[in-house]
Amino acid sequence: MKHSRDQQPAAGSEGARIRRDPRARDTVATQGLRRRQERPPADGAASGGSNGSVPPDSDTGPLVRPYTMTGGRTRSSGTGLDMISIVMAAREGADWDSLKPEQAAILRLCRRPISVAEISAQLDVPMTVVRVLLGDLIAEGDVIARDPMPAADLPEMNVLQAVLDGIRRL
Amino acid sequence: MASADSDGGAEAGIPTAVKILVAGGFGAGKTTMVGSVSEITPLNTEEVMTEASMGVDDLGGVEDKTTTTVALDFGRITIGKRVVLYLFGTPGQGRFWFMWDELADGALGSVVLADTRRLETCFPAVDFFERRNIPFVVAVNRFDGECPYTEQEVREAIDIGAEVPVIMADARDRGSGKCVLVALVEHVMRRRSPAMSP
Ligand SMILES: Nc1nc2c(ncn2[C@@H]2O[C@H](COP(=O)(O)OP(=O)(O)O)[C@@H](O)[C@H]2O)c(=O)[nH]1
Ligand SMILES: [Mg+2]
Repeated sequence: MKHSRDQQPAAGSEGARIRRDPRARDTVATQGLRRRQERPPADGAASGGSNGSVPPDSDTGPLVRPYTMTGGRTRSSGTGLDMISIVMAAREGADWDSLKPEQAAILRLCRRPISVAEISAQLDVPMTVVRVLLGDLIAEGDVIARDPMPAADLPEMNVLQAVLDGIRRL
Repeated sequence: MASADSDGGAEAGIPTAVKILVAGGFGAGKTTMVGSVSEITPLNTEEVMTEASMGVDDLGGVEDKTTTTVALDFGRITIGKRVVLYLFGTPGQGRFWFMWDELADGALGSVVLADTRRLETCFPAVDFFERRNIPFVVAVNRFDGECPYTEQEVREAIDIGAEVPVIMADARDRGSGKCVLVALVEHVMRRRSPAMSP
């Protein structure tokens, strides 16, 4: 539904590199079907690559409002929040009157620990914008976040074990 | 990034979040699998795709530039008071690689869903995770109940190492999704400590 068409551009531009039809079993058994090479990651090509403008797609939509919410900022400097960063209201006495409506809405959701992605989904505001607004709330002392795990750090073994046990209990 | 060595006292009540990706081609069953194991109906979020992905901080006055959003769906499994697991379906391959990078950052690992009707649609995802040394398992989603290939044929077609688990799966089935996730986490743990057996 949301993701309609996402395979089409790839099939058009890259499909030719797939040498064999994977349905042809006799060629699968020999080493005929090989994984094709990855397209170069979109460093710098994300918005300016081969097809300068991104084709319209149901995955994508025009963006207008978020900039007015954040005063044009799309990155919160220094908060290090990522999409699964979990935040929580820091105290009772927030100065609600001074908050923008979007910030107030975020702060209300933060009564319980909640992730950036969930705030974004519940308020229907892009994650980028949520991060900026959260950055302001954190700076004000209204919200606290866990220190983000450096991306290079993987979850510790005891966390992995907890995840494994948790999934088994499902 | 983070303030250096805060003792985390005030943060003690905040759970640790971990992330598993569910990748694969369009229609491979990503959203279906996320939904079947998630404790919530998959949520939809979006990320802005702008110059920001190229490191521009201030986009004041940029309204007329091409800015679009990419939609993501995700689910949640509360592991306990201290750990929450998020499952993110990856967006379309090709145009949204920048989003894949962000998704992959800090991810525990990934499930690559292989659609037996179009096996090659999972190749870009396999390439992506292999290249970044992110652990993954291949879940073969048998749409018509029966897989036209043997596990070995799938392995050879995808050209993955013997240590990468390949699991026959049904994205609609919670029990099957659980098995896939268990296989992934065990695989991640094995890679960490090679001595451990499954
Ligand atoms: N028969 C069958 N249909 C499936 C299975 N998994 C997904 N589907 C259907 O295939 C379609 C695409 O699945 P979806 O999860 O949206 O794919 P995505 O693009 O990877 O997120 C949906 O209509 C699903 O209901 C499966 O294991 N068996
Ligand atoms: Mg989907």
